Amino acid sequence: MKSTAKSSNASAISRVPASELLPERELRRIVDTVLRLAKSTVAEETEVHVDEIANALTRFANNAIHQNVAEHGLTVSIRTVVDSRTARVTTNRIDEDSLRATIEASLSLAHSEPKIPSLLPMPGKQRYSRVNRFIKQTAALSAEDRARAVRRACDLAVKKGQVAAGIYSNGQSQSALANSRGLFAAYRETRSEFSVTMQEDSAASWAKANSADVRAFDPQKLAARAGEKAHLAVNARELAPGRYAVILEPAAVLDLVGFLFYDFAATALADKRSCLNERMGKQLFGQNISITDDVYHPLQQGAPFDGEGLPRQRVVLVDRGIPKNLVYSRAAAKAAHKQPTGHGFALPNEYGEAPMNLVFGGGDSSVEKMVASTDRGLLVTRLWYIREVDPYEKVMTGMTRDGLFLVENGQVTGAVRNFRFNQSLIEMLKNVELLGPAVRATGEEAFEMVVPAMKVHGFHFSEVTKF
Amino acid sequence: MWDLCTNALDTAQLRGAAYADVRVMHLRQRDLTTKNGQVGTLSQSESIGLGIRVLANGAWGFASTDRLTREGVAACAARAVSIAKASALAKRSEVVLAPEQAYVDSWQSPFRKDPFEIPLETQLSLLLAADAEMRRVKGVTLTETDMQFRKIDSWFASSIGSRIHQRKVISGCGIAATSFQGEEIQKRSYPNSFGGQHALQGYELVDSLDLMRNAPIIAEEAAALHSASQCPEKVGTLILGASQLGLQIHESIGHPIELDRVLGQEANFAGTSFLTLDQLNKLQYASSIVNVVADARLDHGQGLGTFAYDDEGVPAQCTDIIKAGKFRGYLSNRETAHLVGLDRSSGTMRTESWNRLPIIRMTNVSLLPGAWDYDELIADTHDGILMETNRSWSIDDRRYQFQFSTEIGWEIKGGKKVRMLKNPSYSGITTEFWNSCDAICRFDHWTLWGTPNCGKGQPMQTMGTGHGASPARFRNVRIGTAFSNQ
Repeated sequence: MKSTAKSSNASAISRVPASELLPERELRRIVDTVLRLAKSTVAEETEVHVDEIANALTRFANNAIHQNVAEHGLTVSIRTVVDSRTARVTTNRIDEDSLRATIEASLSLAHSEPKIPSLLPMPGKQRYSRVNRFIKQTAALSAEDRARAVRRACDLAVKKGQVAAGIYSNGQSQSALANSRGLFAAYRETRSEFSVTMQEDSAASWAKANSADVRAFDPQKLAARAGEKAHLAVNARELAPGRYAVILEPAAVLDLVGFLFYDFAATALADKRSCLNERMGKQLFGQNISITDDVYHPLQQGAPFDGEGLPRQRVVLVDRGIPKNLVYSRAAAKAAHKQPTGHGFALPNEYGEAPMNLVFGGGDSSVEKMVASTDRGLLVTRLWYIREVDPYEKVMTGMTRDGLFLVENGQVTGAVRNFRFNQSLIEMLKNVELLGPAVRATGEEAFEMVVPAMKVHGFHFSEVTKF
Repeated sequence: MWDLCTNALDTAQLRGAAYADVRVMHLRQRDLTTKNGQVGTLSQSESIGLGIRVLANGAWGFASTDRLTREGVAACAARAVSIAKASALAKRSEVVLAPEQAYVDSWQSPFRKDPFEIPLETQLSLLLAADAEMRRVKGVTLTETDMQFRKIDSWFASSIGSRIHQRKVISGCGIAATSFQGEEIQKRSYPNSFGGQHALQGYELVDSLDLMRNAPIIAEEAAALHSASQCPEKVGTLILGASQLGLQIHESIGHPIELDRVLGQEANFAGTSFLTLDQLNKLQYASSIVNVVADARLDHGQGLGTFAYDDEGVPAQCTDIIKAGKFRGYLSNRETAHLVGLDRSSGTMRTESWNRLPIIRMTNVSLLPGAWDYDELIADTHDGILMETNRSWSIDDRRYQFQFSTEIGWEIKGGKKVRMLKNPSYSGITTEFWNSCDAICRFDHWTLWGTPNCGKGQPMQTMGTGHGASPARFRNVRIGTAFSNQ
């Protein structure tokens, strides 16, 4: 690969190579070294995670790049078990002396704690379904490629008298997980993301996409869409707070329902901090709500194994409004006399497990059809600073942001000042009237999921802000 | 480490960088938690690497690596320069830095007990004992405790000749009791929610907390909240406990004064600010008894925003933010200082780690103590609600409209705390709220609280910030909105 180091002209622009990941055999070598070194210690069992990332991100504001970064890092995380005790130590030094010291540090930590009678032996060798989420075009995207795309978005803003801000990022990562009982799992993927805010006068709007495949979205189209909505958002008028019908675009749905994910952890129910305590098997949501955790869905990302190396299973969490199943780590499954579902976090931890790949069932509507069906309501682009007010009723508060529009008689008629909401998610998912097709959504509060746009009646806005 | 720094700077300048600064950082962390009498997390980590920021062709580039060989560092520096040149493809103006001197210095934060030298058994046994104290209380369904310790060494070098080594030791500790009953989850935390208190201190911080005395108190309060009255919805007098006021300062003063937000650099993510440049020295931000500073100096206290130099090589400073209620200052860096008429950065560039770019961050943004004794403040309040310990927080992306809820409230009638209230919340508009402040407690009620989890930047960085506060009173505040259902 051509190196920028060969350039002798200080002002010349040469292609910045994307940082490359180590070959999988190198990860195996690190894993084997750790397991070999651990054999000469008192460790009864050893688990090792190797994680490597190579990411780059170009950030722009005021129609220019103002930050532009790249990083490379590799960590080795070692968990040992001795005399029914376990502890984890992580390092980014991979020479043999450092790895030996990390094993010893893990044993030293473990020796300091009381015995854990419920500690399970590590799992043995597993079989995994293959998923392919490493796209070489994403990995190869260079700083110049990102800069040129950003320049085009900024030029578009300048042409329209607007101001652009956002990011364009790409990266690649890989993980290997192994233990002394013969388990070995490895995974690599790419990620790319473009997010843009277009500002016009005091108004703004926003668009964002995220995919393993950088070819799955067009930064120019996203910038154009944000620009058009920013223009529509000018001259926002103030409405009284109250209950409104809302049309939530997928990003707004994601950032709300994303707060539900941990409630489906068996450990959260055992700890009595889930909103599903005493509600499993009951008609909690509307019959049009079904939720599955499915890492294998084509719009999802992430490794097909969990923090202990168990294969992730597809789990139906909500079927036609009824919470049906939870996800279980090995320890939670044993305590509940269930089978583990492959959703455990790396041990030791106090949270157990969580579904990380939520997929909502969609419908045959669309944002356009939802607008057309609405006599009076609000179209919500995105939400901001969402926090939990009541953990059992799942009341969330937050603000609308970057484009809130009034819908009257089936048409968008103007922009509205941003509202604060205080809304129960349980109530919201009872009040869903229409669903669009489920898409890979990306916001800022929750990790990416597959969710539809929704039309919801009776959404509670409690206060209004000044813009 | 200095050889690595020199190697990086030399390579960057050879490749065409007009300016470069480099940080080698070694971070060590220990995390301990318990849950329901069992050890939860028991882990330690260390990370060492190098990050270099360069100016080339009038634009910024940054690259980081954990390959700390001569070749690895040189490749990283060369990459940063190439990225800067790519940035120049979409620049509108040249970056100009405010002048700053070169410093050669070494500094270590003061501590009495190195937390990494305290036996782990001692630390775990204290957490398990506090956990057990909470579980003794009937009605408590979940108990949690935690300790977190960090030791951070950083070696900063710049092309103007600075060579600064800093070592920071940070400790954090907290406990929490949760009670699920009927259709309600109630929680109490000590000494603060979301991980307790955090400070630039050693294990003496843990010693000072007296977990064993406070564990049964919060456990009993968590259980008692179920039978407490609901906080009413009204407009009235509000007294905030010091830790909640610390978060109020963080969200409604600390973030809006960040000059990168004001200038639109965070418009896509963290948001902008209502404090546009025309407001400086004009806006009546707060009532005349309110004085707020951003103070990174050790003189201010051992907070999460205390250091000797920021991550741009600028010495720690104290900046007036609000003086007698008037808006007086922003948080700036070398790139933005001239935009507000300053000839020097206010020293607020901070980075989470070697692999992150320094950005403008709060230091210790603190409300200076007032004149009131706490008991006299309560006695002086005819009809009000005292709210303590944060439960949720939210504010719009320009930092006008906020809503907070707390774990517990107390109704005050005729100068006395008369009954416990559950689910308290309040909301308002930032400047209206701060202008309604009519009493602030004295220094003997003042604590420099640590907020360890402030997220900002892309890629996201988590930073610790400090917020000194003592209890204070606010009039005509909207109370109870979070649980209203109109």
